[in-house]
Amino acid sequence: MAQISAIPIVDATPELARKLDGIWTSGSGVLGWLSSVDHKSIGIRYIVTAFIFLLMGGVEALVMRVQLARPDQHFLTPEQYNEFFTMHGVSMIFWYASPILSGISNYIWPLLLGSRDMAFPRLNALSYWIYLFSGIFLYASFAAGVAPDAGWFNYVPYASMDYNPGINIDVYSLALILLGISTTVGAVNFIVTLLRTRAPGMSINRLPIMVWGTLTASVGNVLAVPAVSLAFFLLWLDRRFGTHFYDVPTGGQPLLWQHLFWMFGHPWVYAIVLPAMGIVSDALPVFCRRPLFGYTVVALSTVLTMVIGFGVWVHHMFATGLPNIGMSFFSAASFVIVIPSAVAVFAWTATIALGRPRMTTAFLFFASFIVMFVIGGVSGFMTAAVPVDWQLTDTYFIVAHIHYVLIGINVFPVIGGIYYWFPKMTGRMLSERLGKWCFWLTFIGFNVAFLPMHLTGLRGMPRRIYTYGPDFGWNTLNMISSIGAFVLAIGILLFLVDVAISLRRGARAVDNPWDAPTLEWAVPSPPPDYNFVVIPKVASRHPLWEDRLGETGERSLLNRGCSLDDGRETLATTSIDAEPDAILKMPEDSFAPLILAISLSGLFVAMLAQSVGGGVLALCVGFIAMLTWLWPERVTFRPVEESHG
Amino acid sequence: MNALLRKLGKCGFRLFLASVLAGLGSAAGVAAPPLGYLQSFGSKADSILNLTWGLLIISILVVVVMTALVLWAIFRSRDVSRDERGLENIESSKRSVHVFEFGLGLTMLILIGCVAWTMVTLAAIDHPHEKPAFTLEITGQQWWWKIRYLSDQPSQIFTTANEFHVPVGVPIKIKLRSKDVIHSFWVPALTGKTDLIPGQINTTWLEADKPGVYSGQCAEYCGAQHAHMGLRLIAESAEKFEAWRKDQLKSASEPAASNAKAGLVVFESRCAGCHAVRGTSAGGVYGPDLSHLMTRATLADGTIPNKGGYLAGWIADPQHIKPGSRMPRVALSGEELQAVTAYLRTLR
Amino acid sequence: MADAIVLRPDRGSVSDDLKKSSGWWGMLFLVATEAAVFAYLLFSYYYMAIENHSVWPSSAPSMKLALPNTIILLVSSVTVWWADRQYIAGRMTEAMDGLAASVGLGVVFFGMQLIEWHNKTFTLASDPYGSLYFTITGFHMAHVVVGLVIMATLILWLALGHLSDRRNSAVSIAAIYWHFVDAVWLTVFFTFYITPYLS
Repeated sequence: MAQISAIPIVDATPELARKLDGIWTSGSGVLGWLSSVDHKSIGIRYIVTAFIFLLMGGVEALVMRVQLARPDQHFLTPEQYNEFFTMHGVSMIFWYASPILSGISNYIWPLLLGSRDMAFPRLNALSYWIYLFSGIFLYASFAAGVAPDAGWFNYVPYASMDYNPGINIDVYSLALILLGISTTVGAVNFIVTLLRTRAPGMSINRLPIMVWGTLTASVGNVLAVPAVSLAFFLLWLDRRFGTHFYDVPTGGQPLLWQHLFWMFGHPWVYAIVLPAMGIVSDALPVFCRRPLFGYTVVALSTVLTMVIGFGVWVHHMFATGLPNIGMSFFSAASFVIVIPSAVAVFAWTATIALGRPRMTTAFLFFASFIVMFVIGGVSGFMTAAVPVDWQLTDTYFIVAHIHYVLIGINVFPVIGGIYYWFPKMTGRMLSERLGKWCFWLTFIGFNVAFLPMHLTGLRGMPRRIYTYGPDFGWNTLNMISSIGAFVLAIGILLFLVDVAISLRRGARAVDNPWDAPTLEWAVPSPPPDYNFVVIPKVASRHPLWEDRLGETGERSLLNRGCSLDDGRETLATTSIDAEPDAILKMPEDSFAPLILAISLSGLFVAMLAQSVGGGVLALCVGFIAMLTWLWPERVTFRPVEESHG
Repeated sequence: MNALLRKLGKCGFRLFLASVLAGLGSAAGVAAPPLGYLQSFGSKADSILNLTWGLLIISILVVVVMTALVLWAIFRSRDVSRDERGLENIESSKRSVHVFEFGLGLTMLILIGCVAWTMVTLAAIDHPHEKPAFTLEITGQQWWWKIRYLSDQPSQIFTTANEFHVPVGVPIKIKLRSKDVIHSFWVPALTGKTDLIPGQINTTWLEADKPGVYSGQCAEYCGAQHAHMGLRLIAESAEKFEAWRKDQLKSASEPAASNAKAGLVVFESRCAGCHAVRGTSAGGVYGPDLSHLMTRATLADGTIPNKGGYLAGWIADPQHIKPGSRMPRVALSGEELQAVTAYLRTLR
Repeated sequence: MADAIVLRPDRGSVSDDLKKSSGWWGMLFLVATEAAVFAYLLFSYYYMAIENHSVWPSSAPSMKLALPNTIILLVSSVTVWWADRQYIAGRMTEAMDGLAASVGLGVVFFGMQLIEWHNKTFTLASDPYGSLYFTITGFHMAHVVVGLVIMATLILWLALGHLSDRRNSAVSIAAIYWHFVDAVWLTVFFTFYITPYLS
């Protein structure tokens, strides 16, 4: 077949837009919503669901702070407190921190990259449904009074059958393994999307840092999530099938749990902050009216942080009696990992200093994030020193550290990012007035709650205690922290109020209300289902600022390009230089992801109930769903190349 | 708006500095908190504390400098003439690149120094400078500490619980075991944490340089009453320690009062399954050794003071005072309770 | 600047083009994450072996069944590779034959592994070694079974003519998976049957 057919470059016209609308719009009503594979719809579901888990984890925290506000309180029994602190950690670290970033990335990536959807739209839907069902699975345990109570880190032997015979730990184990499927599948989706579906000209050095952040986190997840899934699977085997991985009398090794858990756990904490750091790296410069200072080193530092992050896990185990030589290596690595973080902090500060800040709500969240990053960073730096860690570990100093890094480096960029992208997602602006109140209450509440905790920890208050005596010298500090926590909660509440009000009555947003440079601001607010009328061609990192920046003579082409309107299509490009490579046929809406998610969740319920019949049934349904999904009915791609004649 | 924010920024910054200094002052101050570690009282803890202060001061300086830098970056004066929607000149001046490189270089130097200091400290505290005076074998369990003083001569070995004495000025070696889950041994004024892990024996050492009472705490979440698993270490002169040790070796003497005699009978029949008192037939190993119970300042491992009606209250209903504790509610009549309490009060 | 994007004409090598399918890349990363699972499983084995050297079995397990089984699996990889080449060349019947041979060999592997399991004197719940042996080989077997199902499905689709467009990368994608299953087996075999001789 020697025929060459040309796919012309055309202008973006309203007729073309209407045609694409017909091709890409999801069905209406409940069925349409259930079968949609639109990344924007899925992204918003992720964000909303993650916020629900944030709120639940937050309520759990407030209950704990009531219990701890004064010494010797009996607001909660010890068992209740232990379930609360476990569920707080589990909800926040697993069911909020990563999914919120997945949701924002899901929504914004194809728009940032100049594509019509992610590489695997149905896989995208699957990862959301599994996430939702795994969260319901977990919280059903809370409702039934059998919530896990051994901490989010779930150390054995306390989490083993001998000391924890109820199904609490089994629910946690299975829910987390199920969630791991969602996380892994989502990570693969991001990686392949990044490698394949960028707009022509978006070479690797023109990617927004947020893309670098999510990409790095995704590669990290692909390699790290199996460790924790395995750790919990082996625990479930120990508990229910009498194996001997962790139980001591027969030669099992409690430290095996810690190694497997932290080999996952440490890369994970970078996976839940690097994309958020990327949000700041991309959005902060917009409010400083200039490009990011040091783009290349910031991109490199993102990758370097994750790479080194795989080599520091033992710093969570410094007190377990390991030989000095091993601990020294991990201690040194834990100091070294400060360097790429310092690079990023200097770059952000320089961007502000060399720019002209516009004090919007988003900017306030991003600027304060830098300070909290530094505070969280130095408290971590202190624990890198093994002997110092022997004093600091398992005290409230660490609680202060983790909340500065989690709230400071994840929640603040997320809220700032939502102030930034809300206009694009909804077509309305959030209220700057309410936003300022939200910021100050959140910022002050957070610091009043957690800054004193450094001191509480230095004064020796251990973690994970349901109460404390009046003579330890922690009374006032705890009361201050509890008050701060409630102020923080009001700040978050105000944010939700702002969202609710603005959805109905916010000012209408134009395409580019912030005068930002990246591709998502070239489409309407909210974007149509097909994102771009024609596939853009990119000539720099800042397509919408090219005229004014004068970095390059070339110009991005936004209103002329391939229409790719023969059914649902998008363009695939080469990985490094983003030259057109193939036309990808995108799938229609489908129920297969939902059915498969239901069957997988059913499988895990069957595992919890130890029902073989249920498991077999679930597997059969799942198999049929997968068969339907993968049934070869059409060719999925057609190779292409640019012609120059 | 900007002027107001500028003022707020400066105010907040000063407030932040003040609170940090005040906080540190209180932590290191005269009335040091019982479990605080910004004061040390032994050679091992001294080395750790030096490094802790070093890193803490570096950390605070970094936070202060970077916060000031960020505030300056936001609020520094700029030309007013620019159009609001304009973009800044992106020519990164050589100066800003140099400043960036300087900051990075300084960071790396500080980190290398900290790595070196850490390694030196780690090596210095690995072993005591002289041979330990003796070895303790501490077994952690939910939720108390069994403490055994080891010796080459079997007659010199004795067991106690939760509270123990050491002579000042000499290192003590400690072997750590666990009977059930992972615990962590921690006496902040004297040593950092070392975990007690079932299936292995971890070793640590400590030394107290000044006489006093030092508090400790289990520092690894171990279940419902992790909050009430404290330690009490009394450091005293060599003579006083010898006296205490000899006392501990003694068996309990026969009680004189009839009430206490009756109590001994109750004890041997109802409590001996778990508890031991040397000199009686009670040799239970599941609970703490009670031979010298009244020398301890607290009961239920730090949960309640060992005075007044607390002892009777504890025996009557342990689950009420320490819910989840392994001590069951033993059904005793009022008389039996009074008697056994009277007996226990003789165990000095 | 280009005036047009053109559909590439058919050239000799289709296999390069197969790397343009998203599914091909997706399978690569699925393999990466599953490889990580086995890496952590084998880490657990080595960790336990070092910590437990006093109670670990002193002699290596017999290779009587395992060695022939390994060769069978390696041959099945060759047949899959051959089937893939036939498919790319457009010879559908030969491709089905190759896949059927792989399935057959895979089933033999499965059966022999079951026999070996049956012959063991220990069980999943005997001791750490037993738990690790059955869990690791069990994980591998699960992956083998999934691979057999995939290949059987491909044979069905080939027979129904659904894969007649040679650009469909389903066979190559399945081949990647099967080669991975084979490679994992080599690491498992090395760990259980060879390392005891090395210590």
